[in-house]
Amino acid sequence: MNLTTEYTGLKDSLLTDFQVWESQLAGGEKSTLHRVRREAIRQFDRLGFPTTKHEEWKYTNVGALTKQAFGFRSSTNLTVADVGALLVPHLEANVVVFVNGIYQPQLSRLVSPKADLRVEDFADAYQRDPAFVEQHFAQSAGYEHDAFTALSTAFAQHGAFIHVTDQKIIEHPVLLYFISDARSGNVASQPRNLFVVGRNSQVKIAEFFHTLGNNTSFTNAVTEITVEPNAYVEYYKVQEESEGAHHIGTTHITQLERSRSFSATITVQGGFVRNNLRVGLEGEHCEAHLFGLYLPDGKEHVDNHTVVDHAKPRSYSNELYKGILNGRATGVFNGKIFVRPDAQKTNAFQSNRNIILSDEASMNTKPQLEIFADDVKCSHGTTTGQLDEDALFYLRSRGIDADAAKSLLTVAFAGDVISQIHLPALREYIEQRVTRKLGQV
Amino acid sequence: MLKISNLQASIGEKQILRGINLEVRAGEVHAIMGPNGSGKSTLASVLAGRQEYEVTDGTVEYNGIDLLELSPEARAREGVFLAFQYPIEIPGVSTTNFLKTAVNEIRKHKGLEPLDAVQFLTLMKEKMKLVNIDQALLSRSLNEGFSGGEKKRNEVFQMAMLSPKLAILDETDSGLDIDALRIVAEGVNQLKRPDNATIVVTHYQRLLDYIIPDYVHVLYNGRIVKSGTKALAMELEEKGYDWIKNEVADAQAG
Ligand SMILES: Nc1ncnc2c1ncn2[C@@H]1O[C@H](COP(=O)(O)OP(=O)(O)OP(=O)(O)O)[C@@H](O)[C@H]1O
Ligand SMILES: [Mg+2]
Repeated sequence: MNLTTEYTGLKDSLLTDFQVWESQLAGGEKSTLHRVRREAIRQFDRLGFPTTKHEEWKYTNVGALTKQAFGFRSSTNLTVADVGALLVPHLEANVVVFVNGIYQPQLSRLVSPKADLRVEDFADAYQRDPAFVEQHFAQSAGYEHDAFTALSTAFAQHGAFIHVTDQKIIEHPVLLYFISDARSGNVASQPRNLFVVGRNSQVKIAEFFHTLGNNTSFTNAVTEITVEPNAYVEYYKVQEESEGAHHIGTTHITQLERSRSFSATITVQGGFVRNNLRVGLEGEHCEAHLFGLYLPDGKEHVDNHTVVDHAKPRSYSNELYKGILNGRATGVFNGKIFVRPDAQKTNAFQSNRNIILSDEASMNTKPQLEIFADDVKCSHGTTTGQLDEDALFYLRSRGIDADAAKSLLTVAFAGDVISQIHLPALREYIEQRVTRKLGQV
Repeated sequence: MLKISNLQASIGEKQILRGINLEVRAGEVHAIMGPNGSGKSTLASVLAGRQEYEVTDGTVEYNGIDLLELSPEARAREGVFLAFQYPIEIPGVSTTNFLKTAVNEIRKHKGLEPLDAVQFLTLMKEKMKLVNIDQALLSRSLNEGFSGGEKKRNEVFQMAMLSPKLAILDETDSGLDIDALRIVAEGVNQLKRPDNATIVVTHYQRLLDYIIPDYVHVLYNGRIVKSGTKALAMELEEKGYDWIKNEVADAQAG
């Protein structure tokens, strides 16, 4: 698109973009999916980007982001070798690569039987089985109040579609690589993912976010996961984006009875990060484990907003988010737990622990429990402090220099979360990434 | 080896060490005794380089260098070792984990090649036997959930691994049962060489049955108020500290 007039901001450009794109859909604009998109773009128009006056965006200012210009759907040609350098080593897996939001079949490779596990681009899935996609799409990820989800919904076209057939235990994980290739300009992408884990089935899925190059990138990622009765999903989100990257990500996990979920959100790096994670426990006897780790330094900003919504009785949730902040980094943790009137015998636990390594780094943390049932066990705790001076002195008194001692202690602090990662190869990979970043402490 | 002259140290406004004088020569064992709160651990911490304590006066010369100028890690590399009275718990860091770094840092300082994994393990096995400590304990988070005795044994194990020139044992005998006490003491004795020295801080004469001191000092109210031989320890065991406190009071009055 040629910008001949003055650039008036991301919102205007997106609204125009939508119209242009719609006019090129060649019949696609009549689909049910597109009806939802159109509703969503209208809602985005009404909402506009949030400002810090918005309660949910008090400490995360998207102002700078919304003034920038980005190229959407920029095509590039990455080679297998380019991508290979980013992959988790020694992990036999289904690998799916997206570059600037576009699915790259030539860089992807599936190893699990297709009858058990379907992995394809969202667009292909919609083409093949529109009814199935419509049944799950935009169900949990509401766009009523959330401009970024509205935007994602409006432009929903590409992303990972994963469907695990009932009664299947998928041995090999699905690794989704979302690469922003910002080597020759500012790029933006909006991957829209939809995962459905059938009854009694189990799957492990990891989303990786990378940036190449030094230009700015903007990723607005939305993932909706449905975990059917008695099923299990292990979900990892690993962020290794550049200093100039903006990442707004939202994941909704909807769990039906006796289902279990595990999530780990690991922000190794990224200039400006906002992660929303919402786990809806909509059946009885569900179990949800939420882990998070963020290590911002320099001028990085990492915001994690989580919601665990206990809608039905006898479910269990446990959440641990840990942060290590250095330089002039800022961090935000907002953890909501809802226990609805129906959800008796709920067990819900939440903990957020932070270490601040420099005088200029800061952390804003807010647990929020809203409990409407009486027979429940809930607890939350939050701590933000410095490295333990006694521990530091102890290690130094053994001959370890101050920097090495600090990195030993911070890596150990992160270890509580890293040790929860079930996949050994992934755990090792994360451990190495985290150690490398904290080694610079 | 170590010459402490008029050492004064305080924390905040509070003066704790009020002029310590002590000389330790290579090959010697010195015992420091004294009532609770008299400044024994503070002295040990100041020697190890704890920055919380401010040295307000005095000097510490260690093998010809100004010890107070050095960072804690530099002191350790020069051969100073402190066995903590209250070993710190460090979740997520195992003894094995940090000792390898420590051992190799000290070797590097001495101009020695680092130990590889196998060599390190061999050294560990050897020293583990010395203090009768379990491998499993060394793989656990440092001191987390260790019993009192296990913590102390771990301190002596680390000392054995780092083979210091000047070892300061701060109440390493407290909380040990009789067998453990003997093991720990034997460990210390086996590490004794003509070119190193040991300072043991203790409340109990019984440790000195195993680790025979050349000198016994009484630290009271931030000063060494009495020095003697092992006989002094026996006298303290028998009579307590009141007579010494009285002597000090009399001396001050006179
Ligand atoms: N960090 C500190 N802050 C405030 N006061 C301190 C601190 N460390 C030590 N002190 C004080 O200094 C004095 C000496 O303490 P120290 O631990 O050196 O005594 P000690 O001789 O080792 O006693 P014990 O026999 O009980 O181990 C005590 O009054 C103690 O309360
Ligand atoms: Mg003491």
